[in-house]
Amino acid sequence: MSAELLYSKDHEWVRVESDGAAVVGVTDFAAEQLGDVVYVDLPEVDDEISAGTEMGEIESTKSVSDLFSPLTGTVTEINQAVVDSPELVNSSPFEEGWLVKVSYDALPEDLMNAADYTAFTQS
Amino acid sequence: MADQDLRSTALEAVHESLGATFTDFAGWRMPVRYDSDLAEHRAVRESAGLFDLSHMGEIHLRGPQAGAALDHALAGKLSAMSVGRAKYSLLLTEDGGVIDDVITYRLSEEHFLVVANASNAEVDAAELSARAQGFDVEVDDASARTSLIAVQGPASEQILVDALLSADGEGSGVDGLTAQDLTEMKNYRFAESTYRGEPMLIARTGYTGEDGFELYVPDELAVPLWEQLTVAGSDRLVLCGLACRDTLRLEAGMPLYGNELGRDLYPAQSGMGRVVALTSKGDFVGRAGVEAADLSDRPVLVGLVADGRRAARAGAQVRDADGREVGAITSGVLSPTLGHPIAMGFVAAGVSEPGTELVADVRGKDLPVRVVKLPFYSRS
Repeated sequence: MSAELLYSKDHEWVRVESDGAAVVGVTDFAAEQLGDVVYVDLPEVDDEISAGTEMGEIESTKSVSDLFSPLTGTVTEINQAVVDSPELVNSSPFEEGWLVKVSYDALPEDLMNAADYTAFTQS
Repeated sequence: MADQDLRSTALEAVHESLGATFTDFAGWRMPVRYDSDLAEHRAVRESAGLFDLSHMGEIHLRGPQAGAALDHALAGKLSAMSVGRAKYSLLLTEDGGVIDDVITYRLSEEHFLVVANASNAEVDAAELSARAQGFDVEVDDASARTSLIAVQGPASEQILVDALLSADGEGSGVDGLTAQDLTEMKNYRFAESTYRGEPMLIARTGYTGEDGFELYVPDELAVPLWEQLTVAGSDRLVLCGLACRDTLRLEAGMPLYGNELGRDLYPAQSGMGRVVALTSKGDFVGRAGVEAADLSDRPVLVGLVADGRRAARAGAQVRDADGREVGAITSGVLSPTLGHPIAMGFVAAGVSEPGTELVADVRGKDLPVRVVKLPFYSRS
């Protein structure tokens, strides 16, 4: 986990890159819960995504989970490496395993900081 | 962390200390994986894996009419089985549906052990007791005091020899077992011995599609046996959870009770018609139901494969080329060994021939699938 990230209740993280641009991934907590990720279904570039709604799927050997967008905006880039090698979600959830880049107007207010998210996962 | 309502095996503390991730399985708190379920799956295919399966049920039948009672209670003719052998069988309803699939071991002329799925263990024990009425036999449900440890994979035999029969050190605690007993043991045979003075049954059985063994011991010996196996197995033996057990059995085309077998399914629909001994024995529970069954409109179990990485999962609807619904998936996964999606499901008999092209509805997206003969994987 990383202090400068923001976290959603659906276990996605958001890293603000510059004003109005952010990277999104799933947390190590989520990756651990899922088990080995074998398939990632991401939105396409230019897709509009909105906070708290489904933007794709993430599939492990054990189960299929919806990917929820942690913020509202437009997809500007997807991580082709994670589509080709879904195991990056497990091996490097905060770095190589990022999912999409998004341009946004405002961040939702309910995103948590690292301390709050840690408390959330332990509750 | 521990849920008060869940049962736990004698190995729970060991699993916790080794960092297992747990799941609720049939009311038991069981390891779902230790680290990576894909790595655990691969280890069983290439070397060996160690499983705690102590949630499964162990029901003993002892008495002069134990064989006759089982002939009445189960679908197979167990009385004809030789001592030292094991056999797959079914516990049927009066109507011919399946209450459980079980492995039965014959320990002596008058002593059988029935091993049941965890989810059905109590029901099976109650059914076997009820069906044993009128026979000279005693039914003893030993599930709560018996541990089951499985070593599965091509290196299993050598690991067991090393762990249980090594000449060096302080002694293995095993009496009444020779290396030959293990190396010459055929599939679905077993050997009885003692471990630290208590009875240990070692069977060449499993649910992974690989060579392997299952070891039954009293609960109090589960921890030392587990540790003895891990020490001897070393790098050859990977700790495994139930997640990989499911992907392993699915690749091997083995049915899972609740998915491919159930009370609303006749054995023949699940490809288990041969397990029902209609010709070799007299009346038994379920015979009338199986004989009266009209299977003409009943869907049958098939294997399905697809390209890509997206798997059709249990519940996915299956359609024919014209878009008509013809069945549903009961188990599906991206096969770790084969690298493509595999699934089992029930489809109308008319579209069950291998080679038939069908479509699975994978959460709203169409996935072309093809019927294939089971299993998907068999060891070379």
